[in-house]
Amino acid sequence: MRSFSYERATSPGAAAAAAAGTANAKFIAGGTNLLDLMKLEIETPAHLIDVNGLALDRIEETAEGGLRIGALVRNTDLAADARVRRDYGVLSRALLAGASGQLRNKATTAGNLLQRTRCPYFYDTNLPCNKRKPGSGCAAIGGFSRQHAVVGASEACIATHPSDMAVAMRALDAVIETVRPDGGTRSIPIADLHRLPGDNPEIETVLQPGELITAVALPKPVGGTQAYRKVRDRASYAFALVSVAAIVQPDGTGRVALGGVAHKPWRIEAAEAELPRGVKAVAARLFADAKSTRDNAYKLPLAERTLAAVLREART
Amino acid sequence: MRFEHPATFNPIDQLKVIGHPTNRIEGPLKTTGTAPYAYERHDVVANQAYGYVVGSAIGKGRIGSIDLEAAKAAPGVLAIVTADNAGKLGKGERNAAPLLGGPEIAHYHQAVAVVVAGTFEQARAAAQLIRIDYAKGDGKFDLAAERDNASTPDPKIGGPADTAVGDFAAVFAAAPVQLDATYTTPDQCHAMMEPHASTAAWDGDKLTVWTSNQMIAWGAEDMAKTLGIPKENVRLVSPYIGGGFGGKLFLRADVLLAALGARAAGRPVKVALQRPLMFNNTTHRPATIQRIRIGAERDGRITAIGHESWSGNLSEGEPDMAVSQTRLLYAGANRMTATRLAALDLPEGNAMRAPGEASGMMALEIAIDELADRLGIDPVALRITNDTQVDPEHPERHFSQRQLVQCLSDGAARFGWDRRNPKPGQLRDGRWLLGMGVAAAFRNNLLTKSAARVRLDQLGTVTVETDMTDIGTGSYTIIAQTAAEMMGVPLEKVAVRLGDSDFPVSCGSGGQWGGNNSTAGVYAACTKLRETIAQKLGFNSEQAVFADGTVSSGNRSVPLAHAAGDGDLVAEDAIEYGDLAKTYQQSTFGAHFVEVGVDADTAEIRVRRMLAVCAAGRILNPKAARSQVIGAMTMGVGAALMEDLVVDKRHGLFVNHDLAGYEVPVHADIPHQDMVFLDETDPISSPMKAKGVAELGICGVAAAVANAVHNATGVRVREYPITLDKLLDTLEID
Repeated sequence: MRSFSYERATSPGAAAAAAAGTANAKFIAGGTNLLDLMKLEIETPAHLIDVNGLALDRIEETAEGGLRIGALVRNTDLAADARVRRDYGVLSRALLAGASGQLRNKATTAGNLLQRTRCPYFYDTNLPCNKRKPGSGCAAIGGFSRQHAVVGASEACIATHPSDMAVAMRALDAVIETVRPDGGTRSIPIADLHRLPGDNPEIETVLQPGELITAVALPKPVGGTQAYRKVRDRASYAFALVSVAAIVQPDGTGRVALGGVAHKPWRIEAAEAELPRGVKAVAARLFADAKSTRDNAYKLPLAERTLAAVLREART
Repeated sequence: MRFEHPATFNPIDQLKVIGHPTNRIEGPLKTTGTAPYAYERHDVVANQAYGYVVGSAIGKGRIGSIDLEAAKAAPGVLAIVTADNAGKLGKGERNAAPLLGGPEIAHYHQAVAVVVAGTFEQARAAAQLIRIDYAKGDGKFDLAAERDNASTPDPKIGGPADTAVGDFAAVFAAAPVQLDATYTTPDQCHAMMEPHASTAAWDGDKLTVWTSNQMIAWGAEDMAKTLGIPKENVRLVSPYIGGGFGGKLFLRADVLLAALGARAAGRPVKVALQRPLMFNNTTHRPATIQRIRIGAERDGRITAIGHESWSGNLSEGEPDMAVSQTRLLYAGANRMTATRLAALDLPEGNAMRAPGEASGMMALEIAIDELADRLGIDPVALRITNDTQVDPEHPERHFSQRQLVQCLSDGAARFGWDRRNPKPGQLRDGRWLLGMGVAAAFRNNLLTKSAARVRLDQLGTVTVETDMTDIGTGSYTIIAQTAAEMMGVPLEKVAVRLGDSDFPVSCGSGGQWGGNNSTAGVYAACTKLRETIAQKLGFNSEQAVFADGTVSSGNRSVPLAHAAGDGDLVAEDAIEYGDLAKTYQQSTFGAHFVEVGVDADTAEIRVRRMLAVCAAGRILNPKAARSQVIGAMTMGVGAALMEDLVVDKRHGLFVNHDLAGYEVPVHADIPHQDMVFLDETDPISSPMKAKGVAELGICGVAAAVANAVHNATGVRVREYPITLDKLLDTLEID
């Protein structure tokens, strides 16, 4: 770990301004991912801005009938919130499928969105990784890639985004609210928050330098049957091989988003139009441009089968 | 004490203390966090500095140059030790590669430097400033590719590379029912909770290391050899060990680097291997490729059985003896085994819980299930049909005890085996396909010399000292129980001091030999102390009865403590074994039953119920023994379903080198475990009439899981771990 300076932010705007005004600064909230990465010198911030003291730990109802989740709401609290459990069941279920109780107690809403990949080559600084060291190559391609992306990947990177929460939020059309260093705010649909790796897998979101997530807004409840199914070798405390977030309406329409298959939560709205034609049609659209390795080819049939199971259960 | 004849009635048979499910006596220290573990020995020596280990970034090759300048100048750095400045180092008898590498690199994450600084954080930060230029060499990392280049080894333990009885080839070829299948097991990591950790301090030319090691005498001997100093100048202390599973049998880099760091820094140094180093820096259970051929009559009798195994290792490493159990477990007049060893440049393969049998049973017990399928015979019945009460290679040698049939029958009844449908894929519970599987459990009972010293003081306290270790197994407790039984005192009057090379040399903890041999050594020392006490108090030692804190004979009774009235009485002895292990085959047996559910959609496999029935001699402490067995069953589930050190064959390393990537079972994976010990005493084994049990518990578990998966789905997976991707293709979708 490199030495770093540290400050406690006094307001979101001040935090954003400080981050933009200090070279190589990072925000720290729960720290469950960042601190590990700093110990391995995968992340080497010169300055940490602790945002834990900001009053961003509330869940409030919005004028539109939705919920605004403060960036610092802990995963445990979010999963347990009565309104979330009642109206956004997919989110509560996804949160509880993630990590462990201890980690969920620390992990924050914004931090969860911004956690980095769990690709083992990203974590070993002796090996090539374009995400860790741009231009060094991708050791996962041609290497151990059982966990890796089957769609939306590139020649530079086949890493996945590890979050469960984000997959559910993608299905819920969540909107990310931020404050920028100049004090201005903006709203980013979650579909646009995460980038595909392309030629620059080190750039993972559309957030600008210093831009701070302050909240995640959920639109008013959409009802339906909500499910989150996480498939993994180990029954708990493991990242998804494939996960499916689904919201199915009585009329058979619905939304599906997948985790464990791409560099971001994977949802294609056009695929959902195929729901009445059956799972195969949906999967064909979701994975039209899929490209798998020998190790992870199983994810394509697994995703389709998991999707089928979730939809079948949602309809019964 | 030489143990040359079967044990007769002795004080242990009173079973006043032995055989009771006593709570572990050191438990309160552990649950209150006050048991001193190696990295927390702040109490033993002042002014400790911290070492951080740098592992090789390549799997094979040479260091061209090392630039230490920036690291040396970093805050708090006291010393940096590399092969360049460490002085001449030897290599321990039991290490396949030097523990400090350079310029030659033998394997990935082989230690190449230790940075010593005033704080851990300073040492870590400085370590990351070291710049090393490597010349990458060509290494061999692919066991399957090297299979045909494998050579015939001369194994140090576990029997010869080739065995043959009768005419295997001809009888197999002519057998009416044949099985010929190949199985693979992956490299596995001990992944114990406490990493290898040591605190080292020099006093002149004498070195003390507070460490975490299963085999104190081996460690001290190899440390002296590595440093080139007299053995008497090395003291290892290891009273508490946070798990080992074979990973701490040997001297490892933490001990050496703490000592070298302390010498260079001129002050005590502590070193814990960082978690990511645990997988490539240390030893692991090597992967195997196993071919099993069995020929049988239509009634199920095996007429020919052959088992061949290939594993890989560094050039000075040993093969995995995966064929061991096949020489003894089932009858059959025509037999062969073959062990081959490929030269690989991966980290050293070595012992992990039940080395040999654990891998071998993973394959053999699937093969038996497959044979049962072909024969249309129940797999429990098939195993019973092929039971043998003698060593099949040497029919004149009987097993000292062999209750395999009873384990299988008793287990089948308890588990509800009769509810299993032999046709796969027939039973469902909602989305779950249900299946049951069985496997035999087998592990040899190993006998090895073990010494102890026992002291009686004037308070009537009995203190046992031996370099035996407690790796979480319950050694403290069963040793205390043994001394209490022998000396006729309550457990509270016994103090047990373990894990110090100043104490008499024990068997140590490994090979499931620790429980039986270490307590037998304490038995020997206590027998001697009883004689000394009897003599001191004027009793005939043959007739004196030690009970309730007194020594008595006839009408006369004297408090035990009086014997030490004018000074402590001390006795030291060792148990040593004669030829009984040659005359008799000593093994432990069991049967594992497993029920799994396989998700019909995703092919996720979840264990639902497990049962083990074990027959392993006298159970000295049923609570501790049960913990060992259910822990081993858990590890067996890991081996079956998830544990897999994945080799990157291009870079030459185990890629998933942390606990996020190397999955072991969590609580949610282990819903219900049951285990039963059959009544057994084995007077051939030792005066304790006990045998090993801690490794028996893992042998066969993975195969029972695999067989249950087959019963649930009809899919036969022969490559461990059995993960959902291996089932999906053949598992029909609803």
